[in-house]
Amino acid sequence: MTSPLEQKKIRIAGPSVVTANRTWDGLVIYRTGRRDWSPKLSEAAIVRTSDEARALLAESVADDLGAIGAYVAPVEIKESGKIKPGNLREHIRLRGVTIDLPVPA
Amino acid sequence: MYAYDQLDRALINERVDEFRDQVKRRLSGELTEDEFKMLRLQNGVYLQLHAYMFRVAIPYGTLSSKQLRRLAHVARRYDRGYGHFTTRQNIQFNWIKLAQLPDALADLAEVGIHAMQTSGNNTRNVTADQWAGVAPGEIEDPRIWSELLRQYTTLHPEFSFLPRKFKFAITASAHDRAAIKIHDIGLRLHKNAEGETGFEVLVGGGLGRTPFIAKTIKSFVHGHDLLSYVEAILRVYNQYGRRDNIYKARIKILVHELGIEKFAQEVEQEWLQMRGSALTLDDGMIEDVRSRFTYPAYEKLPHMPEELKKAAHDSRFEAWRKNAVALHKVQGYAIVTLSLKPVGGPPGDATADQMDAIADLADRYSFGEIRVGHEQNLALPHVARRDLPALWKALDKLGLATPNVNLVSDIIACPGLDYCSLANARSIPIAQELTRRFANHDTASLIGRLHINISGCINACGHHHVGHIGILGVEKNGEEFYQITIGGRADENAELGVLIGPAVPYAEVADVVEDIVEAYLALRARPDELFVETVKRLGVEPFRERVYATR
Repeated sequence: MTSPLEQKKIRIAGPSVVTANRTWDGLVIYRTGRRDWSPKLSEAAIVRTSDEARALLAESVADDLGAIGAYVAPVEIKESGKIKPGNLREHIRLRGVTIDLPVPA
Repeated sequence: MYAYDQLDRALINERVDEFRDQVKRRLSGELTEDEFKMLRLQNGVYLQLHAYMFRVAIPYGTLSSKQLRRLAHVARRYDRGYGHFTTRQNIQFNWIKLAQLPDALADLAEVGIHAMQTSGNNTRNVTADQWAGVAPGEIEDPRIWSELLRQYTTLHPEFSFLPRKFKFAITASAHDRAAIKIHDIGLRLHKNAEGETGFEVLVGGGLGRTPFIAKTIKSFVHGHDLLSYVEAILRVYNQYGRRDNIYKARIKILVHELGIEKFAQEVEQEWLQMRGSALTLDDGMIEDVRSRFTYPAYEKLPHMPEELKKAAHDSRFEAWRKNAVALHKVQGYAIVTLSLKPVGGPPGDATADQMDAIADLADRYSFGEIRVGHEQNLALPHVARRDLPALWKALDKLGLATPNVNLVSDIIACPGLDYCSLANARSIPIAQELTRRFANHDTASLIGRLHINISGCINACGHHHVGHIGILGVEKNGEEFYQITIGGRADENAELGVLIGPAVPYAEVADVVEDIVEAYLALRARPDELFVETVKRLGVEPFRERVYATR
C-alpha cells in the first residue's frame, strides 16, 4: 500500500484505473471512458498498458476543476467482469474505513 | 483561560474572509489546485483518502466549554458527528466538504478558534503541558510563554515559508508531559541561581523518517530574551536548512549535520546581533499576556471530603480515582483525565454528543475549562475533590471513565490507512485489538505504566519511536506488516525505541505485544520496575528471543 503520492513513474503490471477526489467535497471518484468522473468503480475506464495509463492520467489531471490528486490505481477484474480494488488502500477508499465509525453513518 | 483581545479576533475573522474568497476562486476555477494547495494547507485543510480533513488548533491544549461545544457543532453540522484529538493538541474532522469549510471556520471564529498554521511549512500550533497552571511544583504557567510565542509566530513573514514545518513545545514541570524533546524547539522553564525565570532551550528533536532526541543548545535563556533567541535559531535554520530534499529539510537534520556545537555557535552569533533589540520582552508585555489568563476563584476545601470517603467503598470508583485523578496545586482540587481510549474504540475520538456533555460537565465541575493532552486524552483541570464521585458517575455513563490512563491500553495511534493518504498500514484496528487484549483492569494495573504508540507510516504521527512499545506499519508485497520497537519514551528521559526484529504480519501484532508484556512481567526486578526500566537494564535481546523463538 505504498502511497501513490510517492509514485514517481507510471508502470502498471495489470488492469488499472485513474482515481481522484472530487474537488468540492473530496468524494472518491474514478475516471470514466466518457471523459468525466463517477463515484462508481464499475464505471471506471480500464487501462492495461503503461502508455494507456499515462494517457488517461494526463486527461484526468487536465480536469483540474473537477478533481484533485488523480493517480493510477490497480484493479482486479473478476471472471464475472466485476471490477474490484487492487489493494487494501483502494478497497478502503471505495468501501470506507475498516472500523466502526464512532457515530454510525 | 486566555481571553483574546480585539486584535486576535480581527485577525481570525479576516482570515475567514480571506479563505472564503480563496475557496470561492478555487471552486470557480480561477485558482488551480497547484495555486490553492498551499493556501488550504495554511488553513489546516488536507486531502485524505475519503475526503478533505480539517485540522483545528487548540493552542496549548486549553479549551473553554463554549469552544468545545462549538467543536461539537462543527462535527455535527459539517462532518459525521465526531472529531479526532491528535498528538499535537489539535482536533481533526475527517469528512468535511471544501465548499462548507469557510462556514465551519466562521462558526469557529465566533468563539476564538482557528486553523491557522496547523499545516504547511511554518511554525505550527505551540503546544504545552496539558496540566499547565494547575500542576503542583510547576515553575509557572507555561501557557503565558506559549501564548507569547503564538502571537509572535502567527503569520510571521519570515517563518511562513520555512524549509519545513516547525514545532514548539513547552513545559514548566520536572516531569515532561509535553514531549518537548521530540520537538523542533523544546522549552523547559526553570529558575537560575539568581532565582530568575528562564528556559532551557532544546533544539533538533523530531520523529518521522529520521528520528532524533532534541539536544540542549542553551541551558538558560532569560524570559526577556526568549523571542530574540528563538528568532536567532529560526534565522539559522532558514539560512542553512535544506530546501532541496523534503526528507532532509527539518531542523533536526541541520543540527545533526552541523553538530550541536557548531549550530549553537551560529545561533549565538546571530543572537548577538539582535539581543536587546525590539524583540526583547519587557515586564509590561509579559504581564499583559499573564493578565489575560484567568484562574478560578478556588474555595478553601479539605483534601479528603466526606463525599470521597463514602465513595471509597465502591471499587469501580476507586479504580478510576487512583488511575485518572491527579494532585492539583490547590488543596481540595484535582486534575481529572478523561480517557478517550475505551476498550475497542479508536484512540482519541470523541463524538459531538460526548463533547457537548463534557462541556456541560466542565461548566459544572471545572470552571468551564477543558484541556487536551498529546496522549489524545482530555482533562478537567479544576475539579473539587468533593465532586469526584458525581463526576465519575457522569463520565462513566458517557464512556469516558475507562481507568486506563498511562496503562497499556492508553494507546496513542495515528488515523492510519483507514483515513490517511500517506499511510502504509492501518493503526486503529491494531489499537482496538490491543485494548481488547488488555481490557482487564487488574492485569493492566499489574503491568503498570506502559505506553504503546502506533503509526501507520514512517511519518510517525503516532509517535511510535518514543512508545515504550512502538508499532510502525509498513508494506511488504502489498500486505500490512508492523515493525516493533521497545524502550522508547517521550518524557524528560526521552529515548528512541530499538527495533526487536523483523516486521510481523497484521494478524500477529497483538500476540507479539502480549509476548513482550509477558516477558517483561517475568523479567522485571521488582513490581514497580517500569517496562522501560526493564528494557534499559536488560536490553532488547530477552524480548527478541521471546518474540521470535517460536516464529
